[in-house]
Amino acid sequence: MGAVFGFMSPKGRVLPIVAVVAVIILLWYALAVGLNHQRVSDMLSDSNPDYTFGDLVKAAWTMERPVLPAPDQIAVDLWKSTATLKVTSKRSLVYHAYITASATLVGFAFGALLGVLLAAGIVHVRTLDRSLMPWIIASQTVPILAIAPMIIVVLGNVGVTGLIPKAIISMYLCFFPVAIGMVKGLRSPDPLQMDLMRTYNASQWQVFWKLRVPASIPFLFASLKVAIAISLVGAIVGELPSGALAGLGARMLSGSYYGQTVQIWSALFMAAILGMAMVYVIAGIEWATLRRTGART
Amino acid sequence: MPSEPTGKVVDLPVRARNADTKTAASDVIIDIRNLGLTFQTADAPVVALSNINLAIHAGEFVSLIGPSGCGKTTLMRIVADLEQPTEGTATVNNVSPREARLKRAYGYIFQAAALYPWRNVQRNVELPHEIMGVPKEEREAKARRYLELVGLKGFEKKFPWQLSGGMQQRVSIARALSFDPQLLLMDEPFGALDEITRDRMNEELLQIWEKTRKTVIFVTHSIDEAVLLSTKIVVMSARPGRIIDVIDSTLPPSRTLETRETPAALELAHRVREGLKAGHSYD
Repeated sequence: MGAVFGFMSPKGRVLPIVAVVAVIILLWYALAVGLNHQRVSDMLSDSNPDYTFGDLVKAAWTMERPVLPAPDQIAVDLWKSTATLKVTSKRSLVYHAYITASATLVGFAFGALLGVLLAAGIVHVRTLDRSLMPWIIASQTVPILAIAPMIIVVLGNVGVTGLIPKAIISMYLCFFPVAIGMVKGLRSPDPLQMDLMRTYNASQWQVFWKLRVPASIPFLFASLKVAIAISLVGAIVGELPSGALAGLGARMLSGSYYGQTVQIWSALFMAAILGMAMVYVIAGIEWATLRRTGART
Repeated sequence: MPSEPTGKVVDLPVRARNADTKTAASDVIIDIRNLGLTFQTADAPVVALSNINLAIHAGEFVSLIGPSGCGKTTLMRIVADLEQPTEGTATVNNVSPREARLKRAYGYIFQAAALYPWRNVQRNVELPHEIMGVPKEEREAKARRYLELVGLKGFEKKFPWQLSGGMQQRVSIARALSFDPQLLLMDEPFGALDEITRDRMNEELLQIWEKTRKTVIFVTHSIDEAVLLSTKIVVMSARPGRIIDVIDSTLPPSRTLETRETPAALELAHRVREGLKAGHSYD
């Protein structure tokens, strides 16, 4: 594995990672007792006034609708809603993850493309640098939670629903880091490398493809990793106001309607796993690309 | 101008082609007249070059030597059309530096190797050919041939970071030579190398120059280097950059590192040193 996927090879990092996870889980269990004990003790004192601390802890970790579910409850729910159901089932988290992931990926693809095009324009045309940059920055100061419902409603009015509005919100979020990163990347060649091209009387097009683009690749991948993560956030946010029936966002929303905290948490974890998987896929492509172009790996 | 060692010019079509067009020592390749460059800075204008007159003939190896900030690099960048003079004129092959650049008349070797780190050695040397639209097979063959010439056969697939500084600079020399410009502009190419590597590079450059007899302008800080390599040494002074002395080399055309220790070389070095001293203002 290490040889094939050097970018995720552990190299002696397993122990620290396990230790950190163990500490987090322990703290989580303690926190679950702390947050749930009020309701648990109310319940217990009704039925059995002589309950022990052990009874309290046990009850706090097994509540049906806890304030904070215990890690094993989430794990069991995750397992049940992924492995034991058909992936086409409306209760399967795999199904919901698929719905969210497809909007995420479509938004990401168009957002990344838009970001690269904007960056290429900004680097080459001085007036674009002056005129576009303030708008690009301003676009990101608007809270996405305020803009998402408007996009959903406006597009819903003209009959566009489902994947497209969510993908647009994703795109809106993720073009930004790509544009910023690529402007930096396309400008990263040093003066000597640029002078060299000038001595060859290279055209702007040649300078772009043979110098600026290859020099920007490390910047591109760093931006893409940020972009795909926020693209997922965008898709989930897009599912919240639309009353969507499917998707991880819809799953979280319905969980909160019915007080199903365990369901919310397992959807949250599913989103985290999905996000990590997508970032890792990009890291893998980055690793393969940079290795092919001679980077030290 | 050293005599033509025709016997030594072997297996390089480079030379043959040049012979058709330019050989006579009187052919002026670079003609600089009353040239000056003043940079406008925020507080005061800085005179980088003032009243420069210089003619360089085909096949000459001309060193520009002087203290830091004397404008020797700037002068070469004007010849390369990387800077614009504010006074006077410069011509390269009887046309303006800009036209010469558009015709790819020169190969420029920078102080740093300026290799593209994402390309391996072979593909770095192919870069100018890609830009000039040379077919794939031809440019591959050229890159291989010139890498061999600079002693890097077998390193074609290495990436720049896997090479020492001296080897990187040799790649950049191969890259400049490979598209066969008549003129080589070398801006302190060995300035960043240690003394031992520099000696070896000087030796190799001598051999390459003997084989190709290109016109070379060579910027350096080192008196030894200038004496060993040049047929003409131009001594410059700083602020404003101007020419103090132009010395025609008395050394034989065929040289080795030991040539530096001959009386003629020591005498040359002395004259260069005197020139540098004269140009140094102690105000």
